[in-house]
Amino acid sequence: MIRACLKAMFSHWFCNPLQLLALVAGLSIATALWSGVQAINSEARSSYDAASGMLRDGEFDQLVSKQGNSIPQEVYVQLRLAGWLVSPVIEGQLADVHLIGLDSLTAPRGLDILSINYINANLGIENKPTLIGNKETARLLQGMVNVHIDPAIAPGTALGDVGIVQRLLRRDDLSHLLILPEQPLVQPELASVAPGLRVKSSLQTTDMTQLTESFHLNLTAFGLLSFAVGLFVVYGTIGLAFEQRRGIVRTLRSLGVPLHLLAGVLVIEMLIFTLIGAGMGIVFGYLIAALLLPDVAATLSGLYGAQIPGTLKLRTEWWLSGVLICFLGSSAAFTGRIWQIWKMPLLASVRPRAWAMASAASVKNLGFLAVILLSVALMLGIWGTGLLAAFAVVAFLLIGAALALPVLATIALNFIQKKSVTPIWNWFWSDTRHQLPGLSLALMALLVAVSANVGVSTMVSSFRLTFAGFLDQRLAPELFIEVDSADESAELAAYLLKKNLEVLPLLAASRKIAGQPVRLFGIRVSPTYRDSWVFLSTTPDAWDRVELGVAAVINEQLARRAELWVGDNVEITPDFSMSIAAVVGDYGNPKGQVIVSEAVLRDLQPDVYAAQYGVRSDDVVNLKKDIILDLGISSKNMIDQAAIKAVSMKVFDRTFKVTRALNVLTLGVAGFALLMSLLTLADLRIPQLAPVWALGLTRRDLGRLELLRALLLSSLVFLCALPLGLALAWVLLNIVNVEAFGWQLPMYIFPIEYIKLACYAVLAALIAAAWPAFKLMRTPPSTLLKVFSNER
Amino acid sequence: MNVKLLFVLCLFPFALKAQGFSGLGTDADGFAKPLPKPVFQFPADHGPHPDYRIEWWYLTANLSGPNGKPYGLQWTLFRSALAPGEAQGWKSPQVWFAHAAITTPEQHMTEERFARGGIGQAGVKAEPFHAWIDDWQMTGPDLNSLKLRANGSDFSYDMVLTTEGPLVFHGKDGYSIKSADGRASYYYSQPFFHIEGVLRLPDGEIEVTGEAWLDREWSSQPLADTQLGWDWFSLTFKEGSKLMGFQLRQKEGKTFSAATWIAPDGNTISYSDGLFKAKPLVISEVSDRGIPTQWMVSLPERGISVKVTALNPKAWMDLSIPYWEGPVTFVGSHEGRGYLEMTGYE
Repeated sequence: MIRACLKAMFSHWFCNPLQLLALVAGLSIATALWSGVQAINSEARSSYDAASGMLRDGEFDQLVSKQGNSIPQEVYVQLRLAGWLVSPVIEGQLADVHLIGLDSLTAPRGLDILSINYINANLGIENKPTLIGNKETARLLQGMVNVHIDPAIAPGTALGDVGIVQRLLRRDDLSHLLILPEQPLVQPELASVAPGLRVKSSLQTTDMTQLTESFHLNLTAFGLLSFAVGLFVVYGTIGLAFEQRRGIVRTLRSLGVPLHLLAGVLVIEMLIFTLIGAGMGIVFGYLIAALLLPDVAATLSGLYGAQIPGTLKLRTEWWLSGVLICFLGSSAAFTGRIWQIWKMPLLASVRPRAWAMASAASVKNLGFLAVILLSVALMLGIWGTGLLAAFAVVAFLLIGAALALPVLATIALNFIQKKSVTPIWNWFWSDTRHQLPGLSLALMALLVAVSANVGVSTMVSSFRLTFAGFLDQRLAPELFIEVDSADESAELAAYLLKKNLEVLPLLAASRKIAGQPVRLFGIRVSPTYRDSWVFLSTTPDAWDRVELGVAAVINEQLARRAELWVGDNVEITPDFSMSIAAVVGDYGNPKGQVIVSEAVLRDLQPDVYAAQYGVRSDDVVNLKKDIILDLGISSKNMIDQAAIKAVSMKVFDRTFKVTRALNVLTLGVAGFALLMSLLTLADLRIPQLAPVWALGLTRRDLGRLELLRALLLSSLVFLCALPLGLALAWVLLNIVNVEAFGWQLPMYIFPIEYIKLACYAVLAALIAAAWPAFKLMRTPPSTLLKVFSNER
Repeated sequence: MNVKLLFVLCLFPFALKAQGFSGLGTDADGFAKPLPKPVFQFPADHGPHPDYRIEWWYLTANLSGPNGKPYGLQWTLFRSALAPGEAQGWKSPQVWFAHAAITTPEQHMTEERFARGGIGQAGVKAEPFHAWIDDWQMTGPDLNSLKLRANGSDFSYDMVLTTEGPLVFHGKDGYSIKSADGRASYYYSQPFFHIEGVLRLPDGEIEVTGEAWLDREWSSQPLADTQLGWDWFSLTFKEGSKLMGFQLRQKEGKTFSAATWIAPDGNTISYSDGLFKAKPLVISEVSDRGIPTQWMVSLPERGISVKVTALNPKAWMDLSIPYWEGPVTFVGSHEGRGYLEMTGYE
């Protein structure tokens, strides 16, 4: 009997291959987008999880010096002898490489990667000191120290034994101490052992992980969004398929098939579809990830300096998550339907109209739910803090708006119907309204896709505009020259002085300021700075004070992270603080910056020299030639402003390429959803269309009306999507961005972009409607006539 | 006689890689080798011997609480050299690690510490005697009067030890043979410590008193690569005499054994391979492996035949390198209590 039942239930799919296609495609597309994003995420994450081994020391509380960045080694030993379980860390720069020295024997277990590498590399027994770093780091340190190559170590960083790093840095002190999570029962107060130290709790330690995490969260959000769009397809298709099978169900039950058997058969069916959908989805997801991963790699290295390989591995975590989400999705779609069948009275009407009526009632519930979700979004937007809350606002806003769509559409159609006078239009509007329940899921998918598109393109374009303006400001000098040594620097400075040009030397050093890794720049205040720099907040005589060496300019990232602002003091070294004269916007840069005068930086770090010069010149070409001829500086060391700008813009544009690609895919899926809904509805609607046809409307007229309906509905969707998309953009720029990156962006509106999008959305809808309309035009009159004969 | 070697093997596999796995056994690699007929210089020999690969100060104690409840205590400091000799600062090739434990019939608490030599975090000085790692220490004017301290996350103790007898030397005057092909270590003990002090346990402080046994051993190549692990017993008889006996288990099921019978006045008789016998009677499931927690121990030459039972079968040292170590009681031809260590039950 089971086999007979299965056969009967499955026969539906053989009769409606299109529905089958829609179902499998919907499930697999949804899974593909989700698992593709997961693949990218897990690949990137696993790559720099290892890389952030050094950063993970941020998970532990630390003991730091109350003054400066140095702890005498004796203090470490005293602490250990007093029963404090701490582990020493020394950090410093050597040839542009950040060296980190650790003691593997006392390091916390969380730093296992280091311990193993480090024990294996050396523990002071090898004659040649050895560090661990990636290939590039090894190249930088060539001739100075052996480097054991480990691609997992973050770029520009080398790890090693604390003793070896001390020797390389010619120091005998330590930078800070990690406090192990488990401390002994009996322990003296810190103040009695090491009064010069203080505990810095791990919460205060920020690291790059947070930044990269935001990028992944961004991707995950879009993955989820795409999955939701795909799910709309599945939900719609399954709804219709079950509706159409009510007849079979009634017949089977009348023949005596027990209800639980039928339900079991349906569950088996669901599992089969889940497996097929998940399998195909994971394959597609892999392809998507493989296509996008190089861009993600470029994006991450451009944005954060995090290196990830551009290759993909099949990782359990993401394919499993694909299967899981596919199962969740399909069971979400199936369960309700199976429940309906369970509750269906044996002799219930099998007419789809009943379903439509029932759905109409649920429209009200949807409206109610929408109001709740939108209110939550509003409340979270006002009171929520943190990145998760910011993304929750996005999610609630989108889902709430999507759920509100059928309600709004019903209201609008009712209104128009009341205004129309001719019977055909009256019928048209009423018929459109009648179709809404069947189409609403596809329309919601379209709404989410279009508004995500509006939102993200607004954000990207706003970002780009701001960024370009920022580059204009930052890259005012026409030519930038880089030098490799202090001698070269001095020679160039003298040479440019003779030429009587405006020269902007740039001295740079790395420091830890307010617990953050910060780039400290020394500049010569010149008219260019005064004219082109725009501050977020400033004092009237900012540049004068910087020139005098009494004040500094800091970037927004540092300002927000260290909670500093104009008028506060920034502690540059433990015994040297400066007042903040201005805060400058610094987009696309994760690191804090402090800008002081050339003289101040030279005082702080006597060995620093200007490694870069900006030069104002009307004749860049000849100036370059002269410098090459007179000083022998390679042209590789000279970049004109236009080139830097182009490189910067390229890095930046790649950043959002991934998001854009996902957006296009999402819009495509939404179009597909609409097509499938229309196709399945087309068959269902024959009984409704037959009387209209019989009353004299030609099949061609009916087809045209179908197209018109698609046009009208998609326009309606777009009208709803535009404000929703703008709201989304606002949330992304003003909430998500601040939470994730630490800077706020002005929002610009791009009407032409939106008109284009409107066209795409309408076009997608028209393409989706074209086939069903064409099918309708070609429906044989006999089929239409059959409706009447069947009724008898 | 202990687990130290295993520690070295597992902790520093790179050191072995360089020399081949049997490196420790066959090639002293620049390390000094124990030679027969040792002449010890005290107190200097209570201090470290950095030219030897491994060394330990190994103290175990059987204690009783105010109501007679039995406790076991362990305090061990290991020295493991990556290269012979000593150097100042982080360059020192000496690695120190320590284990501490308290065993009750119900509980077994353990803790370990690691330190690099050369920076002052750990070490041993012979005169006045001072062995330390972090805040754990065994210290006193000489080995006859010591203060002992360990401090873990769920227990700590402070003890005072005084000797009631002389040092005893195992094997031939402290040259202890460990395999049929003549691998050996320097090995002497102070088994006559009276110990008393305070245990700080999760349920509160407990005043305890009892007897302790300190083992001193150093070597560079004490084990053959066919030897899998060992079972080591230190037994104190009620009438005051003591027995140290061990068997090294070999791959083919054979064993290599040795024992020292210690009279109450400190006089010793050594017994060579085959005379001391230990047979497992009960195998307990401890940390997912079978561990013999009851033994039949015999030394027919002295009429010793006792059934040795673990106070707490779950005395598993779940540390970087796991092994079993805990207090035992025994009945049979003799009665008393002691300590048992078992390694190689992986």
